Amino acid sequence: MSARALQPSLRTGTIAGLGLAVLFVLSLAVGVSPMPLGRVLSDPEALQLLLVSRLPRTLAAILSGAGLAIAGLIMQTLARNRFVEPATAGTAQSAELGILLVTLLFPAAALPVKTLVAGGAALLGTSIFLATAHRLPPAQPFLVPLFGIVYGGVIGAAATYAAWQADLLQFLAVWTNGDFSGVLRGRYELLWIAAVMVAIAWFVADRLTIMALGREASIGLGIDYARMVQIGLVLVSVITALAVAVVGMIPFVGLAVPNIVSRLMGDNVRGTLGWVAAGGAGLVLACDIAGRLIRYPYEIPVGTVMGVVGGAIFLWLLFRRGAHA
Amino acid sequence: MIRIENVSFKHRTTPILTDVSLTIPKGGVVALIGPNGAGKSSLLSLVARLQPLQTGAIDIDGLPVDSTPGRELARVIAILRQDTTVASRLKVRELVGFGRFPHGRGRLTAADHAIIDAAIARFDLADLADRFIETLSGGQRQRALVAMAFAQGTDYLLLDEPLNNLDMYYARELMRSLRSIADGKGKTVVIVLHDINQASAHADRIVAMKGGRIVADGTPTEILTPETLEAVFGFNMRVETIEGKPFVLHQL
Repeated sequence: MSARALQPSLRTGTIAGLGLAVLFVLSLAVGVSPMPLGRVLSDPEALQLLLVSRLPRTLAAILSGAGLAIAGLIMQTLARNRFVEPATAGTAQSAELGILLVTLLFPAAALPVKTLVAGGAALLGTSIFLATAHRLPPAQPFLVPLFGIVYGGVIGAAATYAAWQADLLQFLAVWTNGDFSGVLRGRYELLWIAAVMVAIAWFVADRLTIMALGREASIGLGIDYARMVQIGLVLVSVITALAVAVVGMIPFVGLAVPNIVSRLMGDNVRGTLGWVAAGGAGLVLACDIAGRLIRYPYEIPVGTVMGVVGGAIFLWLLFRRGAHA
Repeated sequence: MIRIENVSFKHRTTPILTDVSLTIPKGGVVALIGPNGAGKSSLLSLVARLQPLQTGAIDIDGLPVDSTPGRELARVIAILRQDTTVASRLKVRELVGFGRFPHGRGRLTAADHAIIDAAIARFDLADLADRFIETLSGGQRQRALVAMAFAQGTDYLLLDEPLNNLDMYYARELMRSLRSIADGKGKTVVIVLHDINQASAHADRIVAMKGGRIVADGTPTEILTPETLEAVFGFNMRVETIEGKPFVLHQL
């Protein structure tokens, strides 16, 4: 809010921007078909590869990474708990169940329709999670993520059972495990809606910071708390449903990035939102590039790489917190 | 003026407040006293629309608290609840700055910055302004929260046991600050106090509550008598007069 208190130095900003730019270029350059960036302008085939595959893939990673990191930040604000995110608290699982059901009932439905149904299911699932989380004793902060994991597990199990019955387990895997290898021009553009959601989050950034102070502090400062909770739920659900439907869920981005940014810069969302978005984009992009290189020329899905990397970061955060308190 | 008319409030089936009516004119310091569970905090949160009214009516300067937009009320009345916890990593200056939110919706003007700086100076927070709240002691945190409520710049300020965690020096400083904003700026301060002698030394009026009702209402000299105090708190205590003010020796 107050500019002088929280503007991180220009140098950190420049370094972060350069880092993201390097990842962007790397992501364009790395892949099975050789595509020397220097020849892009002279070689029409290379240009075609860039525009149809590499650039969409890179943009998809950036959009979903930034979106999921912001979704995690909002979810943590709503639950007033640092250890929840869409992938571990039922949002992603609800979206997966929703898209599975619409695929079963209306196999011919277009992707936007399926995404919409997934978003509705995510909204319902997350609302139930939040209503329960608000009833848990605040003195036991680990109950909220634990409840979320169990709750998400139950919904995920229901989705698995339904998929198994309908012989759709392979489809389910596409939604539950993020993978950018199938991203082509014309098949990822819905993800731009995630950018719109991030812009809305930017618009209400101060309100999000105040909401993290609690319901009473929010009302005292004239914020319509119930309305803001609804807006937050919609943002989280839409972003998650987009990720699930277009590229598959990517775990831990929403957990790791907001926590690291909070540790480094605090929780004034107006000042940190850009960093959370950039951090999410960078982390997902880096994991996707790693997934393309580890078993080159074969690929490891980004969801798997992030499961390992994010899990390690999450454990580190938990233990650091213990040492800190 | 705060008008509370025939307010009753129940938590499920337990009555918390029963037919409370109270008028607090503009300007001055009003202390709410009474034993634990008397309904003091509930009354404050109803006035500050933190809980919905069940029966009765409350208005502040003619604005009914249950139908006036929250944003408009936030420019008229500020509340600091008891035991407010700040789990966010915010710096003191940022937290105090959010007190200005109802005015600019997050956009801070030069005037806002001046008000924030004044609040920081008034509550002796200048050295702590760039520290994260979580690194402060309980008393320092309490002062930062009071400064935030003060920065909201409202005519009415409701404080629920703000002396919690404060040492004697800062408890006295806070009461003197409240006194001076009431005298100098014509603000109305309603404060829940357990230290009855702070009420005697700094309040214009004491309202005593017990069992969800108002049982006594008057100046410190009228209220702080052995008879009234025994009726409110249930035991006899000595009252001595020093410089014309009654002081209660409840420790004896």
